[in-house]
Amino acid sequence: MHSKKDITIAVTGLNAIDSPGPGIAVIRGLRESTFYNVRIIGLAYEILEPGIYMDGMVDKVYQIPYPSSGFDAMLERFTYIQGNEKIDVVIPNFDAELMTFIKLKPHFNKMGIHLLIPTKEQFEDRLKGNLNAFGEKHQINVPKSETVYHINELEEALEGFEYPVVIKGKFYDAYIAASSEQAREFYFKVSAKWGVPIIIQEFIKGNEFNVTALGDGKGTLMGAVPMRKTFLTDKGKAWAGISINDPNLIKMADEVISKTQWAGGLELELMKEDKTNKLYLLEINPRFPAWVYLANGCGQNHPEMLVKLAMGEKVAPYKKYDVGKMFIRYSYDMICDLDKYEKISIHGEV
Amino acid sequence: MKLKKNIAISESGFVFNPETGTSFTTNSLGVAILKQLKTKTSTEGIIASIVKNYEIDETTCEKDLEDFLRILSQFNLIEE
Repeated sequence: MHSKKDITIAVTGLNAIDSPGPGIAVIRGLRESTFYNVRIIGLAYEILEPGIYMDGMVDKVYQIPYPSSGFDAMLERFTYIQGNEKIDVVIPNFDAELMTFIKLKPHFNKMGIHLLIPTKEQFEDRLKGNLNAFGEKHQINVPKSETVYHINELEEALEGFEYPVVIKGKFYDAYIAASSEQAREFYFKVSAKWGVPIIIQEFIKGNEFNVTALGDGKGTLMGAVPMRKTFLTDKGKAWAGISINDPNLIKMADEVISKTQWAGGLELELMKEDKTNKLYLLEINPRFPAWVYLANGCGQNHPEMLVKLAMGEKVAPYKKYDVGKMFIRYSYDMICDLDKYEKISIHGEV
Repeated sequence: MKLKKNIAISESGFVFNPETGTSFTTNSLGVAILKQLKTKTSTEGIIASIVKNYEIDETTCEKDLEDFLRILSQFNLIEE
């Protein structure tokens, strides 16, 4: 029997709300590690992120500035945090923060902090607005899409599509428009929330599937678990799902990771067309999904493997997973004393 | 006509398609038919076994089985 290695891991995405960040799922995976004895540093943007207050999740929490505060503010904060903690690995869990972490990576390395995250090129290649080019570059089947920066361009862009079309925000949100009037309406709705560009995408009628996967940055798929959502929230987020056995989904994950040399966790959103059974790649989310703990339930601990890869441990890819495992989320009111809230409010750490 | 080989059928009537993650429920007769479809029994053979074990005439049974098979096909549980 080997003794577990002590390690300190910092994790963002503690917002275990109705549309949750992946942080808590990642921490649960790390807590179940058979290789590491983990100390978890939570990194929170907001002082009411539930993960700060949940028992047994984080050992210490630091509030960090939003990426919009700029690179210097983030670097200053991490210099302070690393002065208190000896963080070995950071796992960022938000799309919107990833670019800042990519820029910070060389500075993190100097501080002794390891990351397994995509490069700037990998991150930008898979942006929703670049999906067509991504498909062409890597010979991956994607739905036709067009990027629109101004309402005046919308009508012309729509001429190349048959209705219905999907109107998507650059980060989040997607609406199905059955007419040009609806497309205009959704353009304004999405651009008001997420800014431009918005993406017009061919509507594929079929079933959606998702895959949580991990790449080693050298082209090897280290693990992958496909899932079908069985219950959705009003925001279209998975509230329940089930692991499935479809080799084509794993093959798609393998292709994406080998062709892009992806480093770190990712989620593939895929659509299988009813008529043709053809698989389309809709999106690549550049981090673990909030449901990544299902992979643990299926026998693949992706967060643990990410840490091992980041730390340069030798690891063999997962080849098997359990099919027919379900996850179901639930809401739960925690009763909290004021002291933690007070400390994080006043000191920015607790 | 044959049931897709990876379809899981439990005695309770719970049917699970691991390829799509979809699940269904059926009664004991449905389970019996699905089990026979797993081994590629002919529809004539299925009708004969139902008529033998249940109080039903052959014509009604044939019609009902046809409906049931159509539903299975719609749910993508039958091999093409």
